[in-house]
Amino acid sequence: METIVFSLLNGVIYGLLLFMLSSGLTLIFSMMGVLNFAHASFYMLGAYFAYTISEASSFWIALIFAPILVGLIGAAVERWGLRTVHVNGHVAELLFTFGLAYLIDEVVKIIWGRNAVDYRVPELLDFPLFELFGAQYPAYRIFTLFVALAMLAGLWFILNRTRAGLIIQAALTHPHMVGHLGHNVPRIFMTVFGVGCALAGLAGVIGGNYLVTDPAMAVQMGPIVFVVVVVGGLGSLMGAFLAAMLLGLLQTFAVAIDTRFADIFGFLGLSETSEVGAISIASLAPMLPFLLLVIILMVRPRGLMGDREL
Amino acid sequence: MSDQTVQNFESLAPSAGQKFTQRVLPLAVFALIILIIPMFNPSNLMLTLLNVMGINIVFALSYNMLLGRGGLLSFGHAVYFGLGGYAAVHAMRAIENASYGDGGFWASYPVFFLPVIGFGVGALAGAIIGWPSCRRAGTPFAMISLGVAELIAAAGFMFGSIFGGEEGISGDRMNGPELFGLSLGPINEVYWFIAFWTILGTVGIYAFTRTPLGKMSEATRDNPERVEFVGYDPQRVRYLVFIFAGGFAGLAGGMAAVQYEIFTPEAVSLAPSGMVLLMAYIGGIRYFAGPILGAVVLTYMQSMLSDYSEAWLLYLGILFMAIVMFAPGGLAGIVAGLFNGLRADDRSERVSKWAIMVVGCVLAFVGLVALVEVAIRWSNGYGEVFEPFGMHLPTASVLTWVLIVLPLAAGFAILRFGATRNKEGQA
Repeated sequence: METIVFSLLNGVIYGLLLFMLSSGLTLIFSMMGVLNFAHASFYMLGAYFAYTISEASSFWIALIFAPILVGLIGAAVERWGLRTVHVNGHVAELLFTFGLAYLIDEVVKIIWGRNAVDYRVPELLDFPLFELFGAQYPAYRIFTLFVALAMLAGLWFILNRTRAGLIIQAALTHPHMVGHLGHNVPRIFMTVFGVGCALAGLAGVIGGNYLVTDPAMAVQMGPIVFVVVVVGGLGSLMGAFLAAMLLGLLQTFAVAIDTRFADIFGFLGLSETSEVGAISIASLAPMLPFLLLVIILMVRPRGLMGDREL
Repeated sequence: MSDQTVQNFESLAPSAGQKFTQRVLPLAVFALIILIIPMFNPSNLMLTLLNVMGINIVFALSYNMLLGRGGLLSFGHAVYFGLGGYAAVHAMRAIENASYGDGGFWASYPVFFLPVIGFGVGALAGAIIGWPSCRRAGTPFAMISLGVAELIAAAGFMFGSIFGGEEGISGDRMNGPELFGLSLGPINEVYWFIAFWTILGTVGIYAFTRTPLGKMSEATRDNPERVEFVGYDPQRVRYLVFIFAGGFAGLAGGMAAVQYEIFTPEAVSLAPSGMVLLMAYIGGIRYFAGPILGAVVLTYMQSMLSDYSEAWLLYLGILFMAIVMFAPGGLAGIVAGLFNGLRADDRSERVSKWAIMVVGCVLAFVGLVALVEVAIRWSNGYGEVFEPFGMHLPTASVLTWVLIVLPLAAGFAILRFGATRNKEGQA
């Protein structure tokens, strides 16, 4: 019971964090067809900016300005980089973002060093909020939960209740038609790219001190974000949300289960000492997202809620 | 009128002389260069570098069977390289055990032919993994290759008996029957082994591009729907190409197994997959010689530049980005452009255009290097100072920043000037 409640809470928070990261990528991918390899690098930039800004001033200022800064960098990348490459097709765009991820990694290593930086939870939130089954639950995680939910609500409001959101939704599926109606599609692209990167940056601000802020965080997170986007489906934020939740819960629950293959398949004569029998479900946790990715692409290429195939 | 509509197809086909100069001669020159090199008595360090180049040439060429010829962007090509290499190391151990023990099949298997094992296992892995991945090209293919690569990389640390855990699996190449009088002990004998397989691999991959399957793979890249109308199955074409690409990657893995005598799970991870992508693309994926060029240049950078600068990966990233943005033909494309330009009529105009570009690039590069090197030393915090050509450039001095900003600004201004002039010239 105890494990289930804790895994549920942590899984939901991890899932929301994943959704924050991948919502921007889903928008970018559905609209521009660019699977941005550097998306997780913007998440890393968000965490590092937040670290530097909160060292100089406070966490709350970082919470506002770090995502804005990341968003501006993202918009600049779209304006002066991706737009040039666009004429050469999607593979060139994918390669461009792949190279960008390399570059950001190296630049971060030069500016902030190769080791993890001491990006801490703000003191105001550094206390146990409540006690569950004798274990304390940190307030910061609940704060993360609320920020993610606020972002979710904000995104929903903008996309469904404002004129700009409706244009973006239209551009998701019919970019040419939107262009014919007189909207500046390249500028919409740039804005969406910037906002998507800013959301990733926000996830970095929140997640950097919840998890860890080091130069490897982009490489660790990047492929998982792809899984969320692909499993969720093209053009569907709802799908991305479901996929992020699914992955978050799946991974946290798998880590909590200490069962080994030998315990499950013991009736087949699999022994504890054999190599396959010794594999525990917990050690499979990092593999699960990719298993899901491959299976989804094979069985249902449009993802959970996608409106068209990849 | 009617004479013009009837085409004479025989005149379209290349003559025997053209065939020779375009197809046989470059390969012969390539083989000759490889065979001549030992006459200059290269040092052991140089020989090791050359061996790694040979391995990377075959690996990058096999990658280009997918990306350049097939239009399939893979993020997990090192899986086949690694699996082929692991199979070769296991075979090497079997040879060692058999030659000291009871003999049998492995006792009579020469180490020289280990790349054949690598080819077989790589092709087998391609046949298994390619079946689900090759249904679609484009982004789905790239994503599946990424997912599979992550799965295999994770499995690498899980199955110790196959992958050997963190420290990997090692063998000894000096066992079993000797072939061509090569004991494969000293590095110069390994060079002949690598040379043999590099030439064979290159000729094999080139021969593959001339087969009907190789031609259909290019057609599938350009227009899969039309291929389907003509009566071929694009999925099947991709699948078969994928198997061969996996096989040749495994061949390179087998070469690496003999060269290093060890394989670690790193070999199947994402990093070498990214590296081979960089090699092929920087070299130029639209030319057969591109990946060869890319493999040579990047291997050299990897071993030499990393001695000079910690930030060599940053330079590599910048080179890659510049190629993606401004020269999609890669290094081979640049060379071909120069070659064709020198024979064109407006030669002098082109040369002046190039001169402007080169000056701009060099200036921007100088500023960039100064910036990166000063930044690196500041970041390390050892108080070390960047001292190129006897100059003393500490972080705080004005001269340093003048030397950084001036060339950068001047370089970009010149490049911009060149670009706008080109546009006016076209208009």
